[in-house]
Amino acid sequence: MREITYRQALNEALAEELERDPNVFLMGEEVAEYQGAYKVSSGLLQRFGPKRIIDTPISENGFAGLGIGAAMVGLRPIIEFMTFSFSLVAFDQVVNNAPNMFTMSGGQFNIPITFRGPNGPAHQLGATHSHAMENFYASVPGLKVCTPATPRDAKGLLKTAVRDNNPVLVLEAELLYSSKGMVEPPDEELLIPLGKAEVKREGSDVSVICYAQTVPLALKVAEQLEEEDISAEIVDLRSIKPLDEKAIYDSVAKTHRVVIVEQDHPFCGVGAEVCYRIQKNIFDELDAPIIRVSQEDVPMPYNECLEHAVLPNAEKLTAAVKQVCYA
Amino acid sequence: MQPGEQRDEVEMLSLMLLIRRFEERASQQYQAQKIGGFCHLYIGQEAVVTGAVAAVRDDDYIITAYRDHAHALARGTSANACMAELFGKATGCSRGLGGSMHFFDKHHHMYGGHAIVAAHVPLGVGLAFAIKYRGEDRVTLCFFGDGAINQGAFHEALNLAALYKLPIVFICENNLFAMGTSVKRSTSLKQIVDRAEGYDIPGEIVDGMNFREVRDKISEVVDSIRKEPHPAFLEARTYRYRGHSMSDPASYRTKDELEKYRLDDPITRLRAQLTREGKLTNEQFDQLDKRAKETVMAAVKFAEESPDPPLEKLYDYTYADGAKA
Repeated sequence: MREITYRQALNEALAEELERDPNVFLMGEEVAEYQGAYKVSSGLLQRFGPKRIIDTPISENGFAGLGIGAAMVGLRPIIEFMTFSFSLVAFDQVVNNAPNMFTMSGGQFNIPITFRGPNGPAHQLGATHSHAMENFYASVPGLKVCTPATPRDAKGLLKTAVRDNNPVLVLEAELLYSSKGMVEPPDEELLIPLGKAEVKREGSDVSVICYAQTVPLALKVAEQLEEEDISAEIVDLRSIKPLDEKAIYDSVAKTHRVVIVEQDHPFCGVGAEVCYRIQKNIFDELDAPIIRVSQEDVPMPYNECLEHAVLPNAEKLTAAVKQVCYA
Repeated sequence: MQPGEQRDEVEMLSLMLLIRRFEERASQQYQAQKIGGFCHLYIGQEAVVTGAVAAVRDDDYIITAYRDHAHALARGTSANACMAELFGKATGCSRGLGGSMHFFDKHHHMYGGHAIVAAHVPLGVGLAFAIKYRGEDRVTLCFFGDGAINQGAFHEALNLAALYKLPIVFICENNLFAMGTSVKRSTSLKQIVDRAEGYDIPGEIVDGMNFREVRDKISEVVDSIRKEPHPAFLEARTYRYRGHSMSDPASYRTKDELEKYRLDDPITRLRAQLTREGKLTNEQFDQLDKRAKETVMAAVKFAEESPDPPLEKLYDYTYADGAKA
């Protein structure tokens, strides 16, 4: 194992999959000559050439659709959205064409495509650039959605996504691109299956279910709570769809108390689905009502203080944990 | 078909008749409530798709919008599979899961059947991208209506195709109406073909009621593309005799206008050409028409007798690996 950044981990995943399979290509705005808006594709143009690392005009609908068409005849496109906020311009392609094709064609055309890029609020980007799209996309049958929070998960999930025969969305996190973590050396194949959560920290008093940018937040809060003798178990979903229900139930059966901390909006958010499943399937295990911590139900304000207030943050999460623990 | 080989014209006339009779029968079955949802008929436009398929190889790619029955039939999908799809049966070309607007046939390189206006034009560009990526000499024929040319997806797709020099023919089947809105009321251009010029794509107008003109023009364009990949644009001027869909009485146009186009009927025209040249007798034509009608009637029977898609397989066509999410 060695320590690399989330950005490097994604870069390695791309390079390894491009190397392994000539049908894989990377396409998006600024992915080639500019080396990636967030430098995730740094060096790939030099290594794989312009045939496989392809800059596009600002035409999300157009190049997302191009990728889907190419996937219909067996190529395995990786389409980068500069941010998933811009995927809204390609919403029709991602929601109508990619996941419906397999069904509509009676199973003749599967779409082995990966859509990837940063998702969720970053820092003071305002309402249009702060969208967390996981609940939108996870609600669409035919799509798979994963949300890596660590360099290791970023690498392993992206590689798996590229090899999947279905449209997979890899929702990265802009604020995590420079974060570091331990990852297997490059000569060791790292594939992390979709639909497998991971307990990032063992605990006995409360299960904090989180994903993406809320994972480091939850880990930080768990450390502080330890000092107050509250032992929080941190369950990183890693994939929103498929959802690892077993991992969730195993943890809840152990702690009997649950806080879900999500980066999307509260209404119809990811936590609502997780919460429903817990109460439906293991109601008797619960010692307290489940609490969700999410964004506030407002468009994202630019102002830094207000932004902090809108986001799921340490204060809110700490208060929620104490509430379910009756502490 | 092999390169350079010309498809037999009598055979193509026979295909036009099959399409015409298929659509007439579909209309009747729709009214009898055997077919659900939306149903858009191709009657009047037959020369466009038959002219196009006569100009390309069987392994070239074809993709179109929701008025797609003819494109599947022209590509070689059986009338049985097409009618069964309209009936929503398991034996349909999309196993009864697609319906009228979503015909697919992988074996015959028919890539749909797409019902969001212009959303498939980027897909067509993707098919062409794959051809160039693999260094093949195929071409993609991407059909759409005059209603598609004002959608963003259309413009983005044309720009991408031109930018990457992709082997694709954009074929606008201009039947003068986007649902009930005439081209004049929807498009700020004197002629649709001028859209291509904005993207430096060579464009031409063809008489979409004339099989030979469509075939010859597309052959010429496709020959050029096979030598050196590039996009091209054709505006095929045509006319649909029926409304936009089965629920549209087409009251936005006059009887006189319809009659004018009926006189220019693509089937009558090719028949007259062939008869004049001594390649077809009246008896032979009647025979072809009879055969087309019989094929379609047999297709209705096949569709009626086919089973519904099995309920227990409802979840089998959501993910390619069969996994439930």
